Amino acid sequence: MAQPTDRLYTKTHEWVQIRGGEATVGITQYAQEQLGDVVFVEVPAPGKQVAKGGVLGNIESVKAVSEVFAPVGGEVLAANGELDGHPELVNQDPYGKGWLVRLKAAGAPEGLMDAAAYEKFVAEESH
Amino acid sequence: MAETTLKRTPLYECHVEAKARLVPFAGFEMPVQYLGVIDEHRAVRTSVGLFDVSHMGEVEVVGRRALDFVQHVTCNDASKLTPGRAQYSGLMTPRGTFVDDLLVHKISDDRYFLVVNASNTDKDYAYMCAQAAGFDGVDVHNRSDDYAQIAIQGPRALEVLRKLTPANLTEIKYYRFVDGTVDGAPAIIARTGYTGEDGFEVYVAPADAPRIWRKLLDAGREFGIMPVGLGARDTLRFEASMALYGNDIDDTTTPLEAGLEWIVKLEKESFLGREALVRQQAAGIKRKLVGFEMKGRGIARHSYPIWSGDSEVGIVTSGTHAPTLGKPLGMGYVPVELSEPGSKLDIEIREQKIAAQVVETPFYRRPR
Repeated sequence: MAQPTDRLYTKTHEWVQIRGGEATVGITQYAQEQLGDVVFVEVPAPGKQVAKGGVLGNIESVKAVSEVFAPVGGEVLAANGELDGHPELVNQDPYGKGWLVRLKAAGAPEGLMDAAAYEKFVAEESH
Repeated sequence: MAETTLKRTPLYECHVEAKARLVPFAGFEMPVQYLGVIDEHRAVRTSVGLFDVSHMGEVEVVGRRALDFVQHVTCNDASKLTPGRAQYSGLMTPRGTFVDDLLVHKISDDRYFLVVNASNTDKDYAYMCAQAAGFDGVDVHNRSDDYAQIAIQGPRALEVLRKLTPANLTEIKYYRFVDGTVDGAPAIIARTGYTGEDGFEVYVAPADAPRIWRKLLDAGREFGIMPVGLGARDTLRFEASMALYGNDIDDTTTPLEAGLEWIVKLEKESFLGREALVRQQAAGIKRKLVGFEMKGRGIARHSYPIWSGDSEVGIVTSGTHAPTLGKPLGMGYVPVELSEPGSKLDIEIREQKIAAQVVETPFYRRPR
């Protein structure tokens, strides 16, 4: 599966796209497939500081709950309000309308994978 | 990953072909979902779904004193069964708690067919063998490897199964069964299920199972039949408020506490756990399994604490977003004084207390 090349990826299957100091975060296609039907997304209120690698939120599927980890640290600017009524957007469009939060990124991203490296990582993990 | 020796059901190849996600469950490699839990759940509520439940255990009790034995180890009254009838029951510890919950089918006066949970099959069989030592004229056989079990569930189940069997399905009433054939192969056809919908559970020889599975999928195509994994099996049984062993009931809980007093027949002369249950009924139960609806935002899950004010009062046994009802619901044990519908509770979710309220169960009842 082809990952968008305009963003970076974590080993815990989040993506982050940084533009002008603003980081948009979501989960990957692989992550949403593993989770199954998403029914509830819990993310922090704007203003909250999150540390890189810290828990950024929780995604509830019908089966279980999973944590989302912050690919970069920073202050939460906004949560995707669309997900309140339509959590299935995370399944349907994980790289677009299913984004989770925007952060004011504290510093440059470190230790993340580009699309090619992430694809390789997923291919290895799923075997 | 460590090498494990997971068992596979006779339908394993069918699941791989269907690109199911397979997970370890009760020692088996089982399909947890095919296309998605919510779609599969919906198919069963609105039309029909097909389940591989071959992991379930089958135990036969055979002999002159078969009824006496079944009466001794279970809490429901098997003497009420006639051949071709089944009942839901509990396999009891001497403390009146569940070794397992099970279906008891009466084949004939000297033959009973017990269907138990996959995760408990070995434990149940050993327990029954030990108990059978006190009975002359009873043999207990673990027949689990001799049967594949396929469940056809949903409002269209009868129309699908009818295409593959000469049995008169409309005459098989709820909780009855016949010895018949499906696609020409010998089959026990029971009108039972674990979804809250109409449907059948069919027990066939493992060699016949893949062919029958594929033919059932073909027969159901016009109704949009879907294979259904363990994920939707759980949400379906949960909405119908059917207990899951290991979650809602176990060897620390009694049928009286679990709201299953209708399977406890204390008028039976004696059975394992009877004295404990008589005492518990006389003293009154202290806690009860209830259903609750989340009032705040969040989803209760198994093992989350239940609070009332500043006191931790109980524990969540099952909880999810109920697909048909479209809201987060849960089940759990609470003190009897908090068990009435309308009682306010808090569920502890990731160190936060989220409001919930006790509601009537079952959450979902199929329209008739």
